[in-house]
Amino acid sequence: MNAHPMLSMFRWIVTRDLTLAWRRRADVLSTLFFFVIVVSLFPLGIGPEMRLLQSIAPGVVWVAALLASMLSLNRLFANDYQDGTLEQMLLTPQPLYLVVMGKVLAQWLVSELPLVLIAPLVGVQFGLASNTLVVLFFSLLIGTPILSFIGSIGAALTLGLRGGGVLVALLVLPLYIPVLIFGAGAVDSSIVGIDPMANLYLLSALLVLSVVFAPWAASAALRISLE
Amino acid sequence: MNLYKYASPAAFYPLAGRLIPWFAIPAALLFIAGLYIGFFIAPTDFQQGEAYRIMFIHVPAAWMGMFLYVLMAVYAAIGWAFNARLSSMMASSIAITGALFTFLSLATGSLWGKPTWGTWWVWDARLTSTLILMFLYIGFISLQAAIDEPRRADRAGAVLAIVGVINVPIIYYSVQWWNTLHQGATIRILGKPTIAPTMLAAMLTMLAACWLYSIAVSLARVRCIIREREQRADWINEGAGA
Repeated sequence: MNAHPMLSMFRWIVTRDLTLAWRRRADVLSTLFFFVIVVSLFPLGIGPEMRLLQSIAPGVVWVAALLASMLSLNRLFANDYQDGTLEQMLLTPQPLYLVVMGKVLAQWLVSELPLVLIAPLVGVQFGLASNTLVVLFFSLLIGTPILSFIGSIGAALTLGLRGGGVLVALLVLPLYIPVLIFGAGAVDSSIVGIDPMANLYLLSALLVLSVVFAPWAASAALRISLE
Repeated sequence: MNLYKYASPAAFYPLAGRLIPWFAIPAALLFIAGLYIGFFIAPTDFQQGEAYRIMFIHVPAAWMGMFLYVLMAVYAAIGWAFNARLSSMMASSIAITGALFTFLSLATGSLWGKPTWGTWWVWDARLTSTLILMFLYIGFISLQAAIDEPRRADRAGAVLAIVGVINVPIIYYSVQWWNTLHQGATIRILGKPTIAPTMLAAMLTMLAACWLYSIAVSLARVRCIIREREQRADWINEGAGA
């Protein structure tokens, strides 16, 4: 395999993280179940009235996705930090940017993609129409990578700190707000019969921004944390 | 005179001590003047009655909250980029004042909202984005508080502040669009096309007072931070901190 060293580094990171995740399947599934349980709690707390459930569905599903994505952030760098692998990755001649990109991609595939796939099923619980389910699926498909990218900054900043889990929430949740607004907004507008594309375009713009800037900020944060 | 000399905490510490009264005393005088104009000279608003007078602290507090966040990020970025310790200390010092002003603007806003709008809180775009600004301050302060090593705390705070500053306009516009998309706002912050000159004078006096107060308090707080971090340095134990 004579690929460019940067490309092979990226591929190595992704396959390694995927392999590690596969060996610990329970971790992955717990994020997914967390999402499903949180979403299912809302009808129990609010009551079974379908019209009300329909109108809160976009917000509920999206907030649950936010929380689930935040829970899986702790695993992004922590294990590699503890056994010293992360330090070795910092020493490689390849840019740290790629390491972060690879890890974020693997994390998204492992913890967020299953959630995106199951979301339409969860939406059925809330009586969403089929075209709305499609919008829900795509809004999560575009939106959850942004969450992983922004979250990687928070995970890198809080590496090795006491109370890291709660702290990550404080740092990252306010930054998630635009994603929540546009993501839930797309589903919302599809429910009331407005074209959801405007929100999806804005979400895509945020995705592009976060792909470009977040790994850079996260690698700066990693260098600070590992100094 | 070489101004860069004052980038050193040891040189800045006594300078800050000398500067504080120059900002604190005018701040106090302007507060008194502003409150006097606001309470006794400015006319009663024909729509809102006397309740509008809380604006004289609310508006400057809201401005300061936003402005200090940017200022904090600038200081933090300079401290990170040029490895200037004092600049990072200023950022940590400003963060607290900024958070307090943001809180003050939320608190006075809801006190004003109750008699005027009939409710303590509305999900108005401006209120919501101020609330989020408050969250960003809390994130910055608690991140720095969680890190024991001061230089790591400075740099980590700088990354977060810069990311926050890039996000502030995105958050602001997303909240504004969200607000207009959701429903036509039933209640709006009153667009005041014209404002009586005395009201404006009171507002500007209070704004100047808030500015001077922020400077004085940040300098006082940065002196505490310097004392804490440099406690093992010789100069501080020799009683140089006049």
